[in-house]
Parts: sequence; C-alpha cells; structure tokens
Amino acid sequence: MTLERADIEKIAHLARLQIDAEDIPLYARNLSGILELVEQMNRVDTTGVEPMAHPLEMAQRLRRDEVTETNQRARFQRIAPQVEAGLYLVPKVIE
Amino acid sequence: MHDKSISELAAGLRAREFSSVELTRHYLQRIARYDGRLNSYITVCEERALEQAAAADRALAAGDAVSLTGIPLAQKDIFCTDGVKTSCGSRMLDNFIAPYDAGVVERCDAAGMVMLGKTNMDEFAMGSSNETSWYGPVRNPWDTDAVPGGSSGGSAAAVAACLAPVATGTDTGGSIRQPAALCGITGIKPTYGRVSRWGMIAFASSLDQGGVMARSAEDAALLLKVIAGFDERDSTSADRDVPDYSAALNRDLAGLRIGLPREYFTDGLDTGVARVIEEAISEYRKMGAEVREISLPNTELAVPTYYVIAPAECSSNLSRFDGVRFGYRCSDPADLEDLYKRSRGEGFGAEVKRRIMVGTYALSAGYYDAYYLKAQQLRRLIRDDFARAFEEVDVIMGPTSPTVAFNLGEKSDDPVAMYLSDIYTIAVNLAGLPGISVPAGFVSGRPVGLQIIGNYFAEERLLNVAYRFQQATDWHRRIPEEFRG
Repeated sequence: MTLERADIEKIAHLARLQIDAEDIPLYARNLSGILELVEQMNRVDTTGVEPMAHPLEMAQRLRRDEVTETNQRARFQRIAPQVEAGLYLVPKVIE
Repeated sequence: MHDKSISELAAGLRAREFSSVELTRHYLQRIARYDGRLNSYITVCEERALEQAAAADRALAAGDAVSLTGIPLAQKDIFCTDGVKTSCGSRMLDNFIAPYDAGVVERCDAAGMVMLGKTNMDEFAMGSSNETSWYGPVRNPWDTDAVPGGSSGGSAAAVAACLAPVATGTDTGGSIRQPAALCGITGIKPTYGRVSRWGMIAFASSLDQGGVMARSAEDAALLLKVIAGFDERDSTSADRDVPDYSAALNRDLAGLRIGLPREYFTDGLDTGVARVIEEAISEYRKMGAEVREISLPNTELAVPTYYVIAPAECSSNLSRFDGVRFGYRCSDPADLEDLYKRSRGEGFGAEVKRRIMVGTYALSAGYYDAYYLKAQQLRRLIRDDFARAFEEVDVIMGPTSPTVAFNLGEKSDDPVAMYLSDIYTIAVNLAGLPGISVPAGFVSGRPVGLQIIGNYFAEERLLNVAYRFQQATDWHRRIPEEFRG
C-alpha cells in the first residue's frame, strides 16, 4: 500500500492534525512503510477466528447508579487555556 | 548509600543509621551532579521530596512506619501527580499540572515513599529509544552515545545510574522490559490489569500496564507489592489478591520447566546477545531446571498486529487533546477547526502524529475489517500460542531485545526498523501476560537482558526465577563506572 499526498491530507484532516506541506512526502513514505509492515498480517488465514478485544476476556464490571463524582469545575478550569464565567472559550462556532 | 538495595535502605532507616531526609538529599545531590549527562528527569521535586522525607522521618520516629516509609523513588512522567507537572514527554502537556494523583502514585504515598521527581520518556510512551521526548533524548549510563531504550528510558537510566533507588514504568509493547535490558536493570511488566491504570495517561488501553524498574528482583518485589492491586476506578483492573512477592523469592528451581521459543533464536538475533542468553540458560540448568524447545508459530506477526491495534487505540485516546480544556493551545486560532488542527499539529511530535494517522487510517470507513478486525483475530492466535506453550512449561525465556543499545540517531529516521527492535516484547502485551527483564551480561560494554515470560498472574514465579538467577550471578550489581562515586 503506497499512500499519496492526497491520502495523507485526508487522513490528517480526519485526525484533525495540521501537517506542514513540506512534511507530507516524508509522512507518505513513513506511513506507507508502516502499512507495508502491517500487511504481513495477510499471510495468515484467519477465517472463523473470533476477534480478541481484551487479553483477559473479562466482562465489564457494573457499579451502582449513584453519584460518585463531585463538581470540581473551578479546580479543573485552572489548567484550561481560556475560560470565562465557568465556561471554556473557543473561537466562535455559530455566526 | 546508593549501592544499597531497598530492603537495606529500609533497614538503615529503621536502625537510624541515616534519616529519610539525608537519604533523599543524597539522591537529589546525585541528580544535580549527574543528570546533566543523562537527562533522565523532566521534573525534580526537591522541595516536595524533602517535605515527604521529613514526614517519613516523623513517622519512623513515632513508630508509624509502613512498608517503604522514607524510601525515595522516581515516577515516570506518565503518572498524574497532583500539583506537579505531568508532561508525558510531550509539548502538548508541557503546561499540564495534574489536578489529581494516579492510583500508583496514591499507593506509593500511602507506603510512605518519597517522590524525587518525574522521569523522561518517549512522547506519550511511543518509542523504543527515548528520542521522541519533547524534553530531548535520555542517554544510556553505560555509554552516553547509546540510547537507554524506551519508552521508560528516563526511569531505566535513573535507576541504572543510581539517581533513584527504584522507579515506576509503563509497558505497552516493551516499554519497561526493553529499557531495563538496555540499561542493565530489572524491569517487570505485570499481567494486564494487575496495576491500576487510573491516572496513567492512556496510549493503548488494552495493552498499557504499569510496573517496576529496579536494581534487582528483590527490590522489584517490594515495589510491586505496593503498586499492584484492585482499583475500581480502572474498568479493567483485576479483582484478585496481591501475594507477598518477597516471601516466595527464594523458592528452589529444581524441576522448573523452561521453554525456549525457537522463533526467538533466529537470524535477527545478534550473535553476542544469543551467547549471553545461552550462558544465562545454562545457569538455570545448573539450578536443576529442565530446558526444552517450544514453538510460538505466530511470533513474526506480533509486530504487524501491534502496529494496527496500538495506533488504533492511540488515535482514539489522544483525540482528547484538542486544545480546549487543558494542555497546549495554538496562538490566534482562526476558527474551531484551526484550533484543533494547529493545537494538535504543534503540540504532538512526529512519531505521535504518525501513529495517530496510522490508527485513523486503520479505523476509517472501509478499512476496519482489513486492519483492526484482522489484527484482533491475529491477537487471539498469538495469545493461543502462549496458552499452548504454558501447558508444557512454567516459564518462557529468551532475549528481551535482539541487540544491545543502539546509538542515538541510528534508527530515528526509520520507524519500521525501530518497531522491529521490540519483536520479543510486543507479543507479551498482546497476550496480556507478565514478563520480566533481568541483566544477564554485556556485549561490547553494553548490557543484555534476559526476558522471562510467565502465565497470567505469575508475577510471584517470575520474581522468584529472576531472584535465583541474581543469587547466582552479579550482573545486576554492576554500576557504570562514570556514576559509581
């Protein structure tokens, strides 16, 4: 699998990553190399093999439906880039 | 003081030979003197450490000391520490002061330990050489031209150079065992679920596991006892008792069945490393262990499988870094999309971006079955290989890494070559098994690690098998000359 410039631009957009134009050829080369490595997976026929999502095959634990988290907004917003009146500020989304 | 084991240090504290403040100062002075050459710490917490040490001394005087009261340690900078910068080796979190403690950190505090600082690491634990850190590479104390391994390279170098008696690490594809091997120390990656992931910054959640980097199996047993155990805040935490790892260390190894996977001793393995491993195996034969060849037929597929699963999980986990609630934000964003893209583009380094993109691609519409589903199927086959092997043997042994430490810059332009250096460690994470690396000798002055893999929750056995080797050899006692004094 060889990725072209347009593929990298599309993947970077899906991942919301700004990639400098001059770095695209290197990313294309590196990612193509990684996908080539990954394609070795196709050497094995896995028809009928149950996919394994978790090493211990454990069931998800459930907890009681009780409030366990307290409101720590002020504490958490101390490390935010930009807040005002308890709100996180981002550039205007709706005109 | 710095050549002593943790139990010797604990005994010294209890006998008032020295105080925790004196011990802590000693390590802080060593860090100040030597770490300029190694770059093993991102943050040194001098004031906080001395306060913790003074509190430990008060507890010791009052007879309130618990297991490791007053013993200093270093925390990998992936564990959140309340009020202390937690960078994960990334520009993205350079300004992140964690608002809470990780489960591992809480447990170390409860055991009375003193945190010297936070250690350097590959950015978001993605790397095998510690060269992807935003804070610059760490150097190997045995040869400062060489990498320390990664991603827990700072913890490995700090312990090897005696800039901390013991440290924590995390292991997603070998990140405890490989740097332990390359720096000549002991590193244990427990069974998936054994150590809480709460507050441990996530890379690949079905693989990530915290563990211990120490100078010996004896020391590792003490710290693992502290950090292991159930934590309801981690949804995949294992709810089972933690044994007293120290109690079983000296168990006799006569009749121990050791499996050597034939796939681990092939052309890719450096001949010098192979020789060291064979000598280590013959030590075990002398102790009465039975050695037999086994097969793990899907070994070669572990790296390709891992490089789908780990990037897929990373692309999902790292989507939280968006420049809105915490972490890096680009300047003057034009709109929300620009804010996301530039904050992430500028905040993440090249390796992290590569992995996010590989994961995004593998999970994107139309490719899911070919990549992610296929990888999960192979993951089962790899796990089944181990399950079959453990019907015949008690532990599996082989090299931790195919070569000794390589030079800085040697593989940094070739991601695939770097990935292949983890060929012996990655399958263990995919299967969720525990593994330990122990120092077994040197090739051209650089350390070699012996990897011992056990069945699920066999940490006690692994530490016992490692300890007996360390009773028969002295590789783990070596300290690099430059850092001895």
